[in-house]
Amino acid sequence: MFSLHGYGPSIFEGTILTLEVSLASLFIAIFLGMFGAMAKLSRSLVLSSLAKVYTTVIRGIPDLVLMLLVYFGGQVLINKLAPLAGYTAYIDINPFIAGISTIGFIFGAYMTETFRGAILAVNPGQLEAGYAYGMSGIQVFSRILLPQMVRHALPGFGNNWLVLVKTTALVSIIGLDDMVRKAGMAAGATRKPFTFYVVVAINYLLITTVSIYLLKYLEERYSVGVRRE
Amino acid sequence: MDFSIIAGNIDIYLEGLKNTLILVTISLAFGLIFAIPLAVLRTSGNQYVQAPIRAFVYFFRGTPLLVQMFLVYYGFGQFDLLKESFLWPLFKEAYFCALFTFSLNTCAYTTEIFRGAIVATPHGEIEAARAAGMSTFLMLRRIVLPSAFRRALPAYSNEIIFMLHGSALASVITIIDITGAARIVNSRFYSPYEAFLTAAAFYMTITFTFVFLIRRLEKRWHGHLQPADQSVTKIEAPV
Repeated sequence: MFSLHGYGPSIFEGTILTLEVSLASLFIAIFLGMFGAMAKLSRSLVLSSLAKVYTTVIRGIPDLVLMLLVYFGGQVLINKLAPLAGYTAYIDINPFIAGISTIGFIFGAYMTETFRGAILAVNPGQLEAGYAYGMSGIQVFSRILLPQMVRHALPGFGNNWLVLVKTTALVSIIGLDDMVRKAGMAAGATRKPFTFYVVVAINYLLITTVSIYLLKYLEERYSVGVRRE
Repeated sequence: MDFSIIAGNIDIYLEGLKNTLILVTISLAFGLIFAIPLAVLRTSGNQYVQAPIRAFVYFFRGTPLLVQMFLVYYGFGQFDLLKESFLWPLFKEAYFCALFTFSLNTCAYTTEIFRGAIVATPHGEIEAARAAGMSTFLMLRRIVLPSAFRRALPAYSNEIIFMLHGSALASVITIIDITGAARIVNSRFYSPYEAFLTAAAFYMTITFTFVFLIRRLEKRWHGHLQPADQSVTKIEAPV
């Protein structure tokens, strides 16, 4: 049962693409999450309510619907805007871009919540002390806030990452050749769908399990010097 | 944007809404029914009972729902034994496959949630129940499970929302749920904004109605944990 009929390398390529999509989306999510958290905690009413709308809306809509909206909607939008810029040929939207921007956008909202909690967990007196020493905002952030919030953010961050990796399976629906789609093609050619989807499931389990150990190691590293209860 | 397309095709969306609600409620119900005994066994059974439950939870929490659904819908057809059995008329149907996968998936997550809630029972409560001479079953029924339900409620309400969102995947295997309706309207009229924004509005309405209901339930169940309501004790002097 467990012969891959020569489709092993193809599934492996798909696995690499899955990892690429995951890491690229994670990058966007961290970026948006940091901005979102800052906005949510800022004194400006406009910024904090914008961030609130962002996290609330994301919580209310399934990721697949958002992805289809970005993919199909983006296509229409680009082809309406392009002629205005003097470009007349039909443009196909890149599913990689559509995929990572949607997943990044969704997990940016979850990261916002994680980072917000982590920032609040840092003693505000320390930040004030930083400012009192004449540090700039960037210095306070990089020297005092960031090193300490990492420890508080890691558990939530890790959880988000594990969910994010699994969400990348959705990019197969908008035509990106990740491992789920590669498995689908192999299954169609060999009539062995169960075999190939099991291989994909095992790959996901491997990624998840390795991630869990890595995150545990990081959590321990960042908790050095903190007394455990 | 032209939402008259939606108004003209609202019956597809209503059909989708019906299917989404059926899929989510039945899966959640089956998931919950099986999750409670599994969580109890996972915390109190011997290791030979625990190991398969642990493996079940590990598999379903560690792989994407989409892959699980493909395994059932496309994958099960690979086995001639199943194809010849009386179960095949069921597993041939996309609807049953979606229900089956969703139920197992939410069951795994719910088992883990309840396991956490049961483990968090204060030692003293268990000791008191034992000292009062309760049997294990009576103790579970009277002491452990009622307080575990309360502790599990926030995490479980999250799981319900995730299941609602996850159910959108049913549209991938030809089921007309809310997302499926949106995909039909999009492909028929090439109007992605109207189609998917309407679907999003449906999902948001369900999610927030539900969050509102859970909040009321929490107020009731966690009433003893909330700060005393000041407005009640304030007595106005009659004018």
